[in-house]
Amino acid sequence: MSNDIVLETRGLTKHYGGVQALNDANFILKKGEHVAIMGDNGAGKSTFVRQITGVEQRTSGDVIFDGQPVNFTGPIDAREAGIETVFQTLALADHLDVPDNLFLGREKTKLDWLGPFRLLDYKSMRQDTLDALERTGVKIPNIRNTIERMSGGQRQCVAIARTASFASKLTIMDEPTAALGVQETAQVENIIRTLKEQGEPLILVSHNMRQVMDLVDRIIVFRRGRIVANLRKEETDGQDIVAYITGAKTGAEYEGAA
Amino acid sequence: MADTSQGVGGLTFDKSKRSWPNELNILLALVIIIVVFEAIGQFAPYMNGQSFLFDTKDRFDSIFNEARLQIIILQVAIIGIIALGVTQVIITGGIDLSSGPLVAATAMIAMSFAQVAEVNGFPNPKALFGPWAMDLPVIVPVVIGLAFGACIGIINGTFIAYFRIPPFIATLGMFLFCRGIALWWSGGNPVSFPTDAYAWIGSGMMPVVWFVLLAIIFQLIMSYTVYGKHTYAIGSNEEAARMSGINVKRHKVMVYMIASMLAAFAGIVLSSKAVTAQAGMGEFYELFAIAMAVIGGISLQGGRGSIIGTVLGAMVLGVIRSGFTYIKLDGSYQLMAMGAIIVAAVILDQYRQRNRA
Repeated sequence: MSNDIVLETRGLTKHYGGVQALNDANFILKKGEHVAIMGDNGAGKSTFVRQITGVEQRTSGDVIFDGQPVNFTGPIDAREAGIETVFQTLALADHLDVPDNLFLGREKTKLDWLGPFRLLDYKSMRQDTLDALERTGVKIPNIRNTIERMSGGQRQCVAIARTASFASKLTIMDEPTAALGVQETAQVENIIRTLKEQGEPLILVSHNMRQVMDLVDRIIVFRRGRIVANLRKEETDGQDIVAYITGAKTGAEYEGAA
Repeated sequence: MADTSQGVGGLTFDKSKRSWPNELNILLALVIIIVVFEAIGQFAPYMNGQSFLFDTKDRFDSIFNEARLQIIILQVAIIGIIALGVTQVIITGGIDLSSGPLVAATAMIAMSFAQVAEVNGFPNPKALFGPWAMDLPVIVPVVIGLAFGACIGIINGTFIAYFRIPPFIATLGMFLFCRGIALWWSGGNPVSFPTDAYAWIGSGMMPVVWFVLLAIIFQLIMSYTVYGKHTYAIGSNEEAARMSGINVKRHKVMVYMIASMLAAFAGIVLSSKAVTAQAGMGEFYELFAIAMAVIGGISLQGGRGSIIGTVLGAMVLGVIRSGFTYIKLDGSYQLMAMGAIIVAAVILDQYRQRNRA
């Protein structure tokens, strides 16, 4: 039973001084599952993500990842454990090309005894990049182009391909299409579908109702720092979700929470 | 099955489709500048048909005026060595103002361990230390000089990376501090009479040899090693570099350390070339080194540029200085014109970058 749980949080809480940004969040993500996190601005979505990815340290509660209680001291820690995050602000180096960005901080190298001056294995990184792009269905005209010469959609695709090019156990995307046009959004959504087909679990933070209903299995609604609903996609609709987001409704098991 | 080397959906890494490298533009500018000087020499009435580039007097039995070419590169070689380090610092998005005074301080310190005991049978009149520091093997002053440079660089880098002092301020402080060290070291007196081995380091065309050798080494390092990639990444997007697991602070300290060691080496070469060390040496070197990098297309915003660019920038500066003298332009006009050229180079570069995307 616990074997197919990828991520679980128990009583996850985060206070910023006197502000309770996140309160007693109990959350479960199963293998291969795509879950959306929704809620109004300041509802605690991003705070929740930041506690899981180690960007911030939680006030109290437990995070169990891959069967182990974890205490990430930073985003690098979380990534090494297998949580890949596509941040709202793209973490890409504009002057570098696609393989450079995919492998930034974890370059394939030769002659490792040279320490910081060890050689980069460009050939192998390029091949892996092509493989990763093919796997995720990302189309980029020329991978040797620097990021600064790419459209917003292409950049986002590179950021997502980066998470997919390493054997990650969980992908988290924080509003991946917030700044994109219609066509570019479609491209990113296609990548998310590809991840679903490959059984990669995903947490998607999004404001886009259509996108959420299109892509995920389950929707978690946050309101004022608390989880107020846990809805299966088949058992809900847009209006229902909006009711939970605005506070018109609260899930039965979360009564008295907010 | 699609050929994976070509990928899908037009996914390629076709080398022929790579963009026109920035360095070619600087090379082009260099050629144009040389042609302009050549034309002035040939056609301006007061020049009497002299040639800038070619050997018209047939003194050297060759096509080119080799003496001029040697002087052009020799007079930028030592500052060029500094510029190699400054380039790396600027690529991380920083700046290093301390290199000029560091040249002087290192020259003083290294030279005082390179002195000979006797000059023409008399005790060395400029001896700074007792007999224990006389006639030491050349490796001693070189290692002491480089170690001093490394210390200064580590201090610069630590203040900038760990205490978050802006690079401009941190290295401005170090600028004054190092000039102070240079003056204090021997109480303002010159330190002279080095061993033959020490004098060899900067003799003849040796500064050019060091400059070219170091330029090749650092071009390879910046292009093909993890150190180079992380240096570009930090300048391009420091936050992304941190998120990607690069130890940004440690890396910055290393970059400033390498830059200061290059400046220290320039100080060793300069004192060897001059066969003396004086506290006032290296004045404005830091600014000329920055100018070389900027003319060479290194963006002060970080993330962009290359060692080759800086070498070409150094050549441009050398050709301009030599050319102005050749067309008999007064020294004061030379400075004004060089100032204008540096600013013009940046304006051109920015214009080009804007029109690229």
